[in-house]
Amino acid sequence: MATVHLPSSLALVVPELPKIATVEGSTVAEVVAALDERWPGVGDRVLDAGPTIRRHINVFVDGEPAALDTAVGDASVVHVIPAVAGGAGERS
Amino acid sequence: MGDRVLLLVGTKKGAFIVESDEARRTWTIRGPSAEGWPIQDVSYDRESGALYAGGGSSWYGPTVFRSADLGETWSQSSAGLTYGDDGPKIKNVWSVTPAHGRVYAGVQDAGLFRSDDQGQTWQHVEGLTNHPSRPSWQPGAGGLILHSIVPHPTDPDRMWVAISAVGTFETTDGGKTWEARNKGVRADFIPGPPPETGMCVHKLVMAPDEPDHLYQQNHCGVYRTFDGGRNWEEITHNLPNDFGFPMVAHPRDPKVAWTIPHSSPEAGRYMPNGAAAVWRTEDGGDSWIRGDEGLPQENAWFNVLREAMGRDDLDPVGIYFGTSTGQLWASADAGRTWSCITTTLPPIWSVDAARISD
Repeated sequence: MATVHLPSSLALVVPELPKIATVEGSTVAEVVAALDERWPGVGDRVLDAGPTIRRHINVFVDGEPAALDTAVGDASVVHVIPAVAGGAGERS
Repeated sequence: MGDRVLLLVGTKKGAFIVESDEARRTWTIRGPSAEGWPIQDVSYDRESGALYAGGGSSWYGPTVFRSADLGETWSQSSAGLTYGDDGPKIKNVWSVTPAHGRVYAGVQDAGLFRSDDQGQTWQHVEGLTNHPSRPSWQPGAGGLILHSIVPHPTDPDRMWVAISAVGTFETTDGGKTWEARNKGVRADFIPGPPPETGMCVHKLVMAPDEPDHLYQQNHCGVYRTFDGGRNWEEITHNLPNDFGFPMVAHPRDPKVAWTIPHSSPEAGRYMPNGAAAVWRTEDGGDSWIRGDEGLPQENAWFNVLREAMGRDDLDPVGIYFGTSTGQLWASADAGRTWSCITTTLPPIWSVDAARISD
């Protein structure tokens, strides 16, 4: 079971989402799918069409930048972190 | 106990609920809600009593929020709000419109989605995306956005939508097929004879007398139609400029509508000469009356975006608008005199009003 650290801002829009979760999954994609199964809506917030990890969401596995196909081990620690960039907003 | 009037305000940093009684003299402000997400549009569903708010986070993507308690608590879902893994990524939700027991969402890049379960899941209205003109659609300055959704009041299969910078479309078969409705609308930025699509409609609204009577504020003028958009007639007339964003139609009088002209698109897009005014027609668009009492007549260098003017359905009608500088203005006499509710909100992107009977 991987340990996943989730941002508190994500918990604001996904009911009962903890800050730290433990889920099964051998890749980042499987970890996100497992999170979405337990807390529906997580997948849409973290992933864009493709699927790809959203542009301003960073995922790390054991401290290293990760993609959806990055391997996740039983003892892995996964961090999902909103990027510093991304707050500008657009409208005209 | 009298009715309550709620202003539904979408901003760059969350939704706000601004409340008064029928007198509309004093206001209280609740918010920010929707967790501070950028909110492009907030709508009230008269049938269910729910609020819907569409927007998109730079981090977490586009979604539609729903509140069953007038904005005290919100949930959100974007399940199904996708063109598919091989399609373009949806950047934002620009408009949410409940009608006939459904909810419609207009998105960027332009497309229409429908929810039959109060916003829990969404289905792509593919007929619009499949319109033959789709490969030629080009964005306006705000992007390629579907911003106006105008349902027929009694026929759930009939609807108009407006896309910048593409134009107006109508469906009469529940969204399976759509026809462009832009004849008579200028597209000064395209040389040669007017194309079927490519018009930069900024806001489309329906007059209350019959569904085929519509108004639009366009990048290139103000227009009316009496045949559902098959033929448009320009009614810019004595307005100070043909460029503006918002437009509102009276809830009962088909000859009354409001617009807010701006300076030219290449010259600031703010109040002309820095003097704020809301213009109304009382003769169906044959002429326009300037309403500026109480509004700043100097240094009003703000703009009012396409969703940022709304009205209630009281008598006299209340008109409301929000500015790019976070000011919220109200008129309880149909736009004749104005007062400022607040100057301290984030940049305002949408204003709508709902009358709540307890």
